[in-house]
Amino acid sequence: MFAILKKQQLSAEVYRIEVSAPLIARERKAGQFVIVQTDVEWGERIPLTIADANAETGSITLIFQTVGATTHRLAAIHEGGEIPAILGPLGNPTHIENFGHAVCVGGGIGVAPMHPIAQALKKAGNKVTIIMGARSKELIIMEDEMRAIADELIIVTDDGSYGRKALVTEPLKELCEQTPKPDIAVIIGPPIMMKFCAETTRPYQVRTLASLNTIMIDGTGMCGGCRVEVGNETKFVCVDGPEFDAHLVHWDSMMSRLRAYKSSEDQAHEAVHAEGGCQLGQAIASQKKRDQ
Amino acid sequence: MQDHENILQNVQKLTPRERMAIEVQEMPCQDPQVRATNMQEVALGYSETQARLEAARCLQCKTAPCIAGCPVSINIPAFIGKVAEADYAAAADIIKESNLLPAICGRVCPQEVQCQAPCTLGKSLKSVDKAVQIGRLERFVADWERKQAAEPAQAGGAAATDTGRSAAPAEAAEVAIAAPTGKRVAVVGSGPAGLTVAADVRRAGHEVVIFEAFQKPGGVMVYGIPEFRLPKAIVREEAEKLERMGVRFELNTLVGRTRPLHSLIEQEGFDAVFLGVGAGLPKFMNIPGEILIGVFSANEYLTRANLMKAWDSAKAATPLYPSKKVAVLGGGNVAMDAARMALRLGAEEVHVLYRRTRAEMPARAEEVEHAMEEGIKFQFLTNPVEIYSSGDGRVAGVVAQSYELGEPDSSGRRRPVAIPGSETKIAFDTVIVALGNESNPLLAKTTPELKVDKWSHILVDGEQRSSMDRVWAGGDIVLGAATVILAMGEGRRAAASINAALAGKA
Repeated sequence: MFAILKKQQLSAEVYRIEVSAPLIARERKAGQFVIVQTDVEWGERIPLTIADANAETGSITLIFQTVGATTHRLAAIHEGGEIPAILGPLGNPTHIENFGHAVCVGGGIGVAPMHPIAQALKKAGNKVTIIMGARSKELIIMEDEMRAIADELIIVTDDGSYGRKALVTEPLKELCEQTPKPDIAVIIGPPIMMKFCAETTRPYQVRTLASLNTIMIDGTGMCGGCRVEVGNETKFVCVDGPEFDAHLVHWDSMMSRLRAYKSSEDQAHEAVHAEGGCQLGQAIASQKKRDQ
Repeated sequence: MQDHENILQNVQKLTPRERMAIEVQEMPCQDPQVRATNMQEVALGYSETQARLEAARCLQCKTAPCIAGCPVSINIPAFIGKVAEADYAAAADIIKESNLLPAICGRVCPQEVQCQAPCTLGKSLKSVDKAVQIGRLERFVADWERKQAAEPAQAGGAAATDTGRSAAPAEAAEVAIAAPTGKRVAVVGSGPAGLTVAADVRRAGHEVVIFEAFQKPGGVMVYGIPEFRLPKAIVREEAEKLERMGVRFELNTLVGRTRPLHSLIEQEGFDAVFLGVGAGLPKFMNIPGEILIGVFSANEYLTRANLMKAWDSAKAATPLYPSKKVAVLGGGNVAMDAARMALRLGAEEVHVLYRRTRAEMPARAEEVEHAMEEGIKFQFLTNPVEIYSSGDGRVAGVVAQSYELGEPDSSGRRRPVAIPGSETKIAFDTVIVALGNESNPLLAKTTPELKVDKWSHILVDGEQRSSMDRVWAGGDIVLGAATVILAMGEGRRAAASINAALAGKA
């Protein structure tokens, strides 16, 4: 059992939980993820990225958006409650070195897994530029944490409610046009964002890594449900990734595979909406934003 | 038809001729039409009379070639003799000397190529099908004992009258454990190899912790082999038995990630580590279209259905892909499991596509028969060269090529040879790839001093010792995809070596 030490609702559908998981907190490195189950008998296993960890207190931080049955159930566990199963840390850690100038692009809750990577890049001596993007102000997460790491922080929103009114690709392109151009870009966010970021950096030949979050069951290489096409090869995100050369990822087939069970996810999501859970969440979230 | 009563009353006095004349006892099974719609066990097990009649068929031959055919060398004629005499407790004791998981092995071992293959009776009657049904008898004895444990008072009383021997209470029937040695053994993986090692090492008095990545113990016996072939309650009972013996399970722990292998030895103070992590990387064919939605590894398909219980869509959160017409690629046990599972999950039509013919199929004969009875269609000498979609990213069918059998290959089976120009399109909405597994490279990758071959199988010596000090390995991570019983055989060998090594250090 893994106790939830702290729980915060960051926006209508985004939660941040700090969970007691001493072994994972000790072993995890930037770029790794966990598999979470809210019910070991009937629950599903879903991958969640590790947003932060503290080896001393033995806790890890998970940030997730309520999109399917399990994330809704996870959101329903109160502070002090327990998550029955967490497996991790999984996946290969990000290769960290002093590349020079690193650009980190985080979209939506992709900012969460970006946090430890940006942290590690900074620690290794890189100049770190962070681009954070979201649909609107209330969906911007971890701003303070990212600001503490970044040499330069660029915030963009689709609707202009906070930061620049732009997509993340715009400042990314501007950075690529500078001389010298960035030495590496790391991009994490919705697949469509990562696809366009990859297209943005490609003409400038800026080495670009994307961290993928696909459908998984075991997360240890056993099922192959997470497979993606990278270059001309089939790779397993769980054991070969989760990071790949963004210029080689076959984004369209990856996005297609994410829709394999779309109808059942939508049902789970709508069922919760029908109960009014999310509207309430939304109200609480906007209340909190107003209070700030 | 002989007088069964007469046979059973004079079982010790039967002549070989009389024994040979007793007909093979068929396994009672659920009706094929009924079972294809439920998850319950297909084979129902012998009745007591059937078991004794089948046991009476054993010639008790001096050579006992069956023992050599058993990967863990069970004293088969001895336990069968006890079954014939209706002394099931004694039969169970004899089996347990060599095999700690008889309820599992009796159900999933490929007996027709192991103990039953060289059976003298089968040879005399010129058919392996007419060999003594050793697996069914093993299952009978194991189930009898499970029933004793579950309802000791009632079944124990009955047994006492039946056998003239008072049945031992459930606790006493369990395994004796030597005095604590102060040594600690880590077992990585809770499949058949791991559970076997844990039991044998624990019996020698060592402290044992089993590390399992999944949320439940059992490995392939819970995620891979379906309920209808191996009820999960049996696997759970075996794990519980180990717990009662003092073995501790640490679930949701991936050694190599959650706990690095070094840390088990250097920081956690384990005196020995056994790696029985299985062969966990599904093979695909590397043909166009394998990335399409609706293409699954058998591991994924079966894990969703078994471990994650997606068959019960009302309760389970793990979704299932809605399949109407399913192609299963492969001819092994896993292919049979996937095909029969697809049928039970509501597929209207399930086809097994196999490059060779029925004679070359590696699956247990009984599983192939059961699959055929249930209405699975077999397309032999057929192999897909492409999986196609109708443009929506989902499977619409396969392009299949026809084969013919050529000269025997290194496995002794006739090599399938593709017939040029024979490609045809067959419509399917789901393709399940059941072509075996490669070894999971995780441990090798995170533990460079652990020597592996080019397939990432861990290299071991004759005692299952790896290249790393204090580390043993066995089962599929050493053998490549094999069987439950072979994994257990490796586990026994490893445990003996670990026990010897730890005794030497004392």
